[in-house]
Amino acid sequence: MTNLLELRDIEKSFATIPVLRRASFELRSGEVHALMGGNGAGKSTLMKILTGVYTKDGGSLVFDGREVELSGPRDAERLGIAMIFQEFSLIPTLTVAQNIFLHHEPRAGGFLNDAEAERRAAGILSDLGEDIDPRALVETLSVGACQMVEIAKALSKNARVLIMDEPTSSLSEAEARTLFSLVRKLKSEGISIVYISHRMAEIFEICDRITVMRDGHDALTRSTGEVTMQQLIEAMLGEGVEASMQYQARPISATAATVLEVENLTLEEKVVDASFTIRAGEIVGLAGLTASGRTEIAEAIFGLRRIRSGEVRVDGKPVRGTDQAIAAGVALVPENRRTQGLVLEHSMHDNMVLPNLARFTRGLFVRDGAGRRAANDAIARLKIRTDGPDKVVGLLSGGNQQKIVLAKWLERRPRLLILDEPTIGVDIGAKSDLVEIIREIAEAGTAVLVISSEFEELLAMSDRVLVLHDGRLIKELEREEIATEEVLHHAIQG
Amino acid sequence: MQSKAETIGGLPVRAPRLTGFDWRGYIVYLFFTAVLLFFAVTIGDKGFLTVPNLFNIARNTAMIAVIAVAMTFVISAGELDLSVGSTAALSALVAALVIQAGFGMVAGVTAALGAGLLVGLVNGLFVTGLAIPSFLVTLGMMQFVRGLDMRLTYTNPVPVADNTFNGIFGKGYLFGIPSLLVWSVAAVALGHVVLRYTPFGRQVLATGGNRVAAAYSGIRVNRTKLYCFLLSGAAAALAGLLFTGMMSTARYNYGTGIELAAIAAVILGGTSLFGGRGTIIGTFVGALLIGTINNGLIIMGLDVSEQNMVAGAIIILAVAFGKKPAR
Ligand SMILES: Nc1ncnc2c1ncn2[C@@H]1O[C@H](COP(=O)(O)OP(=O)(O)OP(=O)(O)O)[C@@H](O)[C@H]1O
Ligand SMILES: [Mg+2]
Repeated sequence: MTNLLELRDIEKSFATIPVLRRASFELRSGEVHALMGGNGAGKSTLMKILTGVYTKDGGSLVFDGREVELSGPRDAERLGIAMIFQEFSLIPTLTVAQNIFLHHEPRAGGFLNDAEAERRAAGILSDLGEDIDPRALVETLSVGACQMVEIAKALSKNARVLIMDEPTSSLSEAEARTLFSLVRKLKSEGISIVYISHRMAEIFEICDRITVMRDGHDALTRSTGEVTMQQLIEAMLGEGVEASMQYQARPISATAATVLEVENLTLEEKVVDASFTIRAGEIVGLAGLTASGRTEIAEAIFGLRRIRSGEVRVDGKPVRGTDQAIAAGVALVPENRRTQGLVLEHSMHDNMVLPNLARFTRGLFVRDGAGRRAANDAIARLKIRTDGPDKVVGLLSGGNQQKIVLAKWLERRPRLLILDEPTIGVDIGAKSDLVEIIREIAEAGTAVLVISSEFEELLAMSDRVLVLHDGRLIKELEREEIATEEVLHHAIQG
Repeated sequence: MQSKAETIGGLPVRAPRLTGFDWRGYIVYLFFTAVLLFFAVTIGDKGFLTVPNLFNIARNTAMIAVIAVAMTFVISAGELDLSVGSTAALSALVAALVIQAGFGMVAGVTAALGAGLLVGLVNGLFVTGLAIPSFLVTLGMMQFVRGLDMRLTYTNPVPVADNTFNGIFGKGYLFGIPSLLVWSVAAVALGHVVLRYTPFGRQVLATGGNRVAAAYSGIRVNRTKLYCFLLSGAAAALAGLLFTGMMSTARYNYGTGIELAAIAAVILGGTSLFGGRGTIIGTFVGALLIGTINNGLIIMGLDVSEQNMVAGAIIILAVAFGKKPAR
């Protein structure tokens, strides 16, 4: 097979800090090529160079046998290269059709032809097997639907190369399955796909070849059939690093105090009559399909949702509203870091100080030094890849942002820690680190509630798993009862 | 996807309303109708409803409307322009001085537009080139240009004796319709078409809706913003010409406070202060609403202090009613 495109020895620095060092990457026509690597390895940056969003400092790009220079996204578009970005890249205030055809709108005599755009958008979406109203505003769509709109947008430009940057990170199981069959379909139509992900299982499932990046350089390229998981992890993290996601049974004393009691909880939306408890030191997983009400339960415990009936008690005391929840020692790490978890324009240490202002304040003043020390500790402990605690959070790679969200809440040493999809976009090394850290926190006596769509990590952490279906708790499984991921799979289908 | 059962576990849940009529988006029309009705009932017999008075409202609203149309573009792109009032006065003085010096109407109008575009260009370059928030750039510009206005003629008014000019830009009629009304309707029609139906309008909304995403799509966001400031400068210049034509005189203090009235009209009309969402027709009705309130309160015999209080309260109420409840 011939190469459709080659990136050769690409160099890129941001303000003197090198991010890509002689990074090379080849894509054959009609293949699905995985791009892996630790957080901050430079995957997104390399692909943004390929789509003209960033300009390279050195190296060359060969497309279809000819060397080309890209001076902006339009140039890449003309070559048929389209990218689905890791950051949300739709315009929330425009409709689905307007987004799909943004900047290449169908026209009629110099004017926009929205009717035609809607017609063609409906066609593309139904080809994708998606039932999305082209006239709906994007801000009213679910994350999964937005992802599909982004794909439709890429296809509307007749893309020959489609780059997907962690497309499944915010999708449910079912939505991810839809995406996989879509990837296969596009491949069969001759479209070449670059697939960035931290999830081994899906990479082995849908990709033909794998390239691993490490420290801004391509460390390994192999066919999927010729490489083992261990080799990939070594290429990513270095020799001899263990990344294990195995459950370790931990004895939880029967006399441990009950921290959280949820009794007959019914919310205005979704959740009906949920009851469960979590004891100190226990990690409880919450499994279920995407719209099953998991996030709603988490938010209700943290006081963000109106409770219709029932009660939430922490350490025996009823808790209502966020103030009471925080006072009782509840911490919530929200699902969407960019909108709920971080002030993107601020530095890391400012973000760390924010939920802990009381502890970092002396008299009238914020103790910046202590905040910076805490940030440095977190950088070391969570292996956050950054130039230092003063770097603006928005400029860090996706996975590293997620680690900072975690760091900021861990800093509170909470009584009850609720984690909503804590490892979205976090690389394998960091993922097992995080699992380890969460275990340590539990060991120190914190009660933990984890929501996750990734069974592997849910099973690696949880001592007990609650299964939610359509707003109702339908099952409660002790860890020993769950022999394989399959068991959980069946359980959540209801 | 949305047609999922409207009950979960037997309990009814609120279905998301995607297609249903959302009256909040039309609050400005409701308010406008209500205010018209109120004045018609209370002061209908004092001449509020007469054609001359309605023309009067339209005339007095023209400058706000023209500026607010351009302001809709600026705000939709996620920016703000506070310098329009003093720029209007600058253009008025420039036009009057050029005409007074004997260069004729065309030269005067061209010079006025040039002055407006120059201010817009400087605003736009500072905002896009140096990434200074437009609030600050145009706040400074507002004061700088007002100072310039005062210096230009040492606060002396400049009369314009050119009757063609005064007719076209102020006192005249086209087919029985006051020229000021013609100008504002033309501006609204043009603005509406450009914002809704042209690629530029779409680029403005995309830029204000999500700047990064717009740039990733290949839109030149800085250039788009620059064009919005140029448009705003040109509209301010036109407003200055209208002031001059209406009074046959240019004064340094024209347009004082008009930037706030225009912003109020834009927001009342349903344009989002955060960008990405804009409607020119809404803006026009917002401007008419402000003009009607002012006119009605005067006829009711309220003094200036009372007019200010009532007009301010109505603006807050209208925006409050139009706001979507949080979450
Ligand atoms: N615009 C920018 N300015 C400064 N630094 C940047 C910028 N974009 C990326 N970086 C830095 O470049 C490095 C590589 O980032 P990149 O986003 O390419 O990583 P990644 O491999 O995609 O990681 P992840 O898996 O976490 O998404 C990071 O250390 C990041 O902080
Ligand atoms: Mg990335």
